[in-house]
Amino acid sequence: MGKQIGKQSIAFDKVVYILANTEVVGKKEKDGPLGDYFQNIFDDHLLDKKTWEMTEAKMQEQVSNKVIELSGLSKDKIRYIFGGDLMAQLMATTFGIKDLEIPFYGVFGACSTFGASMQLASIMIDAGLADNAMAISSSHYSSAERQFRFPVEFGYQRPKSAAWTVTGAAAVILGNESGAVKITGMTTGKIVDYGIDDAMNMGGAMAPAAADTIVRHFKDFGTRPGDYDLIVTGDLGVYGKEIACKLVNDEGYDISQNHMDCGVEIYSDKEQDTHAGGSGCGCSAVTFSAMVMNKFKIGELKKILFVPTGALLTTVSTNLKETIPAIAHALVIERNEVSK
Amino acid sequence: MISEKQKKEYKDYVEQKTPNHNLMVDMVLAFIFGGIFSVIAQGVYDLLMSNGFEKIDASTWGSISLIFISAVLTALGWYKKIVKYAGAGIIVPITGFANSVISTAIEYKNEGQVFGIGAKIFIIAGPVILFGCLSSVVIGAIYYIIQLVG
Repeated sequence: MGKQIGKQSIAFDKVVYILANTEVVGKKEKDGPLGDYFQNIFDDHLLDKKTWEMTEAKMQEQVSNKVIELSGLSKDKIRYIFGGDLMAQLMATTFGIKDLEIPFYGVFGACSTFGASMQLASIMIDAGLADNAMAISSSHYSSAERQFRFPVEFGYQRPKSAAWTVTGAAAVILGNESGAVKITGMTTGKIVDYGIDDAMNMGGAMAPAAADTIVRHFKDFGTRPGDYDLIVTGDLGVYGKEIACKLVNDEGYDISQNHMDCGVEIYSDKEQDTHAGGSGCGCSAVTFSAMVMNKFKIGELKKILFVPTGALLTTVSTNLKETIPAIAHALVIERNEVSK
Repeated sequence: MISEKQKKEYKDYVEQKTPNHNLMVDMVLAFIFGGIFSVIAQGVYDLLMSNGFEKIDASTWGSISLIFISAVLTALGWYKKIVKYAGAGIIVPITGFANSVISTAIEYKNEGQVFGIGAKIFIIAGPVILFGCLSSVVIGAIYYIIQLVG
């Protein structure tokens, strides 16, 4: 069993391994700076489905089947699935994985869902309550636009702070049998709300939550930024990244040298007109699965802090002129040096 | 608990860190694009007037031509790309109103004719229609009173 560390953290005792990972992305993501890392792409915005919602579900279906195949495990060896997406009642996840017939817990943490799902799956494995568990999440530009903003073809000028929802899904299988990469600890985030109410500036809303979790993590584990090769946040975007670095720095930790934000990496604003960066559950999920896992495997990374960030706004809260509560969850992920 | 003062300070900091669009550039572009659409409508109007149409019919056809252009641009996915530069120049003329109705119709088509298109087609344009009608009543009343007094 893992043990409680500090105020909000757990150090895993039995090591949790990442046995397999995969992702699927849309054309825009493939055309972006991380394009070479992505293995599975679909050119058609709709796959073979009629609606964006079902397309997103299909993406989850694809990655969940693929990741099981890659793990070499049979389906009935996967004890639990933890996962979610941005759509109301987690539509993409429930429709996407229903045919797998694996026990499931739906997770909502907005764009931090992938981190929250990996944490819960890790806890299950560490506690000895599951040998293998899956974490999955997705987002789709059009289904998110439709739910949170306007019809896709509606014309309006996007502010510079606006983010572009990533079309992509990723899944990992965690287990207790040795793999190349392991999860050794985690810090659960709390909801942080600094009163930002501009739904087009989610980076600004999420930066304090990211900073809060990162600082809490350092304090709980007694580590410093230099102990990690990379501190990878989810989808703060260009401006949110800068703000988060400053907030962490105010607490006496300088992460400016080794901080990376998935939202900043995944698109090129200059060429793709995405403004502040990528967002959505898929953003941190596909960047982690494609780029970060690849760098672990080739030995470029040894230890990282993975901190997916989520802006917990709803269409109702926005109309009610309420603020945007935000959250971030952190996982310590390391290369398993002794393994293959 | 985060104090109101902390929130205020943070909000100011975020605003200072987040760049905005250049207002002057936006205004010039809006003027140019808005002008182009107006010239097109005026062209239709002049053409019809010189062919013996009534004034009221000619100006209606001018508006219809803009709605048609907006519908085609929206359906082709070009409206969104133009609005990035044109801004108010394409939103304020009737082209913006047309886009808000057509984009919604496209969006909700798959939820059915009645509960999809029927129920949701005016979710963006609805307020414009409501307050447009309301203000025309108010202005009509004011006009009526002025006439009585004058």
